[in-house]
Amino acid sequence: MDHSKYLIVGSSHAGLSAIEAIRIQDMEGSITLLNQEEYLPYSPTILPYVVSGKVEAGKVFLINEDDLHRNRIDFRRGAKVVHVEPSSHTLTLQSGETLEFEKLLLATGAEPSLPPIPGLQSAPYRVLRTLNHAKQLHQAARTAKSAIVLGAGLIGMHAAENLAKAGLRVMLVEVLPHVLPGYFDSQAAQLIEKIFSEQGVNILTGSTVTGIASSNDACALSLESGLDLSADLLVIATGVKPRISYLSDSTIEVNQGILVNGTMRTSAKDIWAAGDVAQVGSFFDPSKFVQGTLPAAVEQGRTAGLDMVGDPALKPYPGGIPMNIYKFFGHRSFSIGAIEDTESSEHTEVDLMSLPASQQYQKLVYRENRLVGISCINSVLDPGIMYQLIKRQVDLGDIKKGFSTAPRETGRLLMSRIWC
Amino acid sequence: MGKGYHTIVSHPEKCDGCKKCLEACAEFHTNSQNTAHSRIQLVADQETGGFELVYCHQCGEPRCAMNCPAGALSKDEETGVVRWDENKCVGCQICTLTCPYAGITYNAISDQVMKCDFCDGDPACVKACPRGALELKIGADIFNSWGDLEDLFVPGMSACLGCNSELLIRHTLRRIGPNTVVATPPGCIAGVGSVGFNGRTCTKVPVFHPLLTNTASMLAGARRYYNRIGRDVTMLAFAGDGGAADVGFQSLSGAAERGEQMIFICLDNEGYMNTGVQRSSTTPYGAWTSTTPVGTVLRGKTRDAKPLPLLMVMHHCEYVATASLAFMEDYYAKLDKAVKYAKKGMAYIHVFSPCPTGWRFSPSGLIEVSRKAVQTNMVPLWEFINEEGRIRFTHPVEDPLPVNDYLSLVGKYRHLSEEQIAHIQETVNNQIKILKSFTGEGTEVTAAKVAAKLSEVKQGNSRAGA
Repeated sequence: MDHSKYLIVGSSHAGLSAIEAIRIQDMEGSITLLNQEEYLPYSPTILPYVVSGKVEAGKVFLINEDDLHRNRIDFRRGAKVVHVEPSSHTLTLQSGETLEFEKLLLATGAEPSLPPIPGLQSAPYRVLRTLNHAKQLHQAARTAKSAIVLGAGLIGMHAAENLAKAGLRVMLVEVLPHVLPGYFDSQAAQLIEKIFSEQGVNILTGSTVTGIASSNDACALSLESGLDLSADLLVIATGVKPRISYLSDSTIEVNQGILVNGTMRTSAKDIWAAGDVAQVGSFFDPSKFVQGTLPAAVEQGRTAGLDMVGDPALKPYPGGIPMNIYKFFGHRSFSIGAIEDTESSEHTEVDLMSLPASQQYQKLVYRENRLVGISCINSVLDPGIMYQLIKRQVDLGDIKKGFSTAPRETGRLLMSRIWC
Repeated sequence: MGKGYHTIVSHPEKCDGCKKCLEACAEFHTNSQNTAHSRIQLVADQETGGFELVYCHQCGEPRCAMNCPAGALSKDEETGVVRWDENKCVGCQICTLTCPYAGITYNAISDQVMKCDFCDGDPACVKACPRGALELKIGADIFNSWGDLEDLFVPGMSACLGCNSELLIRHTLRRIGPNTVVATPPGCIAGVGSVGFNGRTCTKVPVFHPLLTNTASMLAGARRYYNRIGRDVTMLAFAGDGGAADVGFQSLSGAAERGEQMIFICLDNEGYMNTGVQRSSTTPYGAWTSTTPVGTVLRGKTRDAKPLPLLMVMHHCEYVATASLAFMEDYYAKLDKAVKYAKKGMAYIHVFSPCPTGWRFSPSGLIEVSRKAVQTNMVPLWEFINEEGRIRFTHPVEDPLPVNDYLSLVGKYRHLSEEQIAHIQETVNNQIKILKSFTGEGTEVTAAKVAAKLSEVKQGNSRAGA
């Protein structure tokens, strides 16, 4: 039976950043890295750019064979895990092979979450989660004339933009009242929706799909409003869910995702989980599950790696902070933290700057003199610095007024000083 | 061993915000002086009146690279620069979300991210700064060239916190190498584990524990034996000031006079720190020790220190040098020469060795104390090469700080009166004058001349002390 000191399941950001942390302390310990696909490690975040053709599918890999060899990583492609046995420190692959580990990291990511719409299962729908999906969608976009994108999250918005740029007639259907829910409030979302509309994307928010009918490659959607839509390409982008089906017969505790503690340990000894597959509480409210992001996967993977290798630099993961940075049709937006409060209240203070004419929007949310959320469109603020101020819960104290009037300079100054 | 890298350091207090660095950066990268293209930015600090530099810190674990979904950012292991590959970048800007310092930013004109690339190793911003507010630190070169040398001492030792000895033992053995026999007479160096415990040694080369009195003669004998069997092995002594200037002096003096081939390193911690902080002949005037106490009558040591390095010059040693480990490059250069001249005869290095325990200062203060001693000329750094026949300052201090800048850092001088400080200042000035008189090009140094000069110093000192 193959034995490894560190067995890493999943070769995207969480798995790779765990390996990076492990190799700082332990250059010798054997590392086996599994990828259920036949590719070198890549990031799901790159996929919209494969669809758009910005990057070729053969050039998306995060590390190459040389890097794997240099870091003494035994990399296995097409290695899909079907069972984990914590008591014997083993796991089983689909091929029937059993691998033994001393320490195991489950970083199996997420998979598309499909809505329970009658007719969907028999429809020729497409999703975007793997490189193969991206290649297929890239090809499909070349022949299709029209597309319906279901779900106006980041993946859906990216897909809609790419398909529109490829010359398709695009309809974007979202069940919630506005696009990018959770990241932008309705005012900012309106600005984004307007830009999409101007680019020819037909946005239908607050629209529930009641049924899907399909014939050959064409799909027809019925909406609750009575409207019928049809297109020859249907993209489902209604979110993702942790990929945990292989744990259904395991003793490792799962809920929506794999349950973990502050250092990403699961309920089972010597087994960690990180990235989209881990169920991590919110930074602001640990009882709430937050959806994974790329930066969260990097930090969680690193935390798990530090703990696996016994690095004294280990600090618990502070909880997930929703965030994204999003470019669309030449505009730049980002959103970090708690931005749901739109108006000032007893505990919440909001600085709002909205200039629809110049397509600018900037909202900063404070609680108890600390920045807790920010969402911007075409703003000059540094997203990384704003993220640090939120994460570090920097008490703005006396400089609060200065920060409100010049957040970019004051933020930069604060972080420059912290460095010294 | 990891690798050290050059870094850009900013001194916000020196910056007047002229933005020449920003213009130079933009010019270098885009042939335009529009500072919107600059990879670095300045931000005014109202509190200090200076300007903080906003720039890429070329992080050791760069979050921008770890978070890049396109593999477009990576740390160059050779130079340490975090490189951005324009051809791989897809423009997602996640890097700007994960950099805590705005070191990688979005340039709206080029519609791309941009970051400091260190201008191929010679940063334009540093060269453009007229006020020295930006500095290129190249100290990593030292680490890179020495880091790969083998550490010949085991990890861990029982030295006091902040002890100079660990730094000294590890670096000295690294440089001198494994073809060495080490003698560590009674004192701190033997005590911290060099000769070992329970029959095991902590030194990865042959080491022995001579008496305090016979270190130099035992090494001389060992070397002569190796000469007889035709092996060129370096003899190295790590002795304290007791083992060199006091109890060990007769054997050292004899070996030096006979021209025995060895490197004799004296770690001068100015007293018997290992046995309870008693005075030695190198304890400076005014210093508190347990045998030169501070009370209503006595105010520390009443006599000046024995100038042992100069005495060794008088012995016609092939090589004599002083050192302070705050100036490590200087020390390495001297070790190189010591190795060379020890093949001919005696090479003597006198290392200033502040002792946090016996001198009463914080263990974290070692390097600062070592540095200030040099900057005040308390410990001038010089070397004497017999074949050149003159003393050369290796780190001349043009504008020395007042001695009190050094004395005030060290607890054993806490009680000093203004008169005592004045005496020490005068001794220091005198010492420099004497040393300078031996540095003139073409000036022939003779033992008689040194003796005459020394008696001048002695007289001067005892006059002042009286």
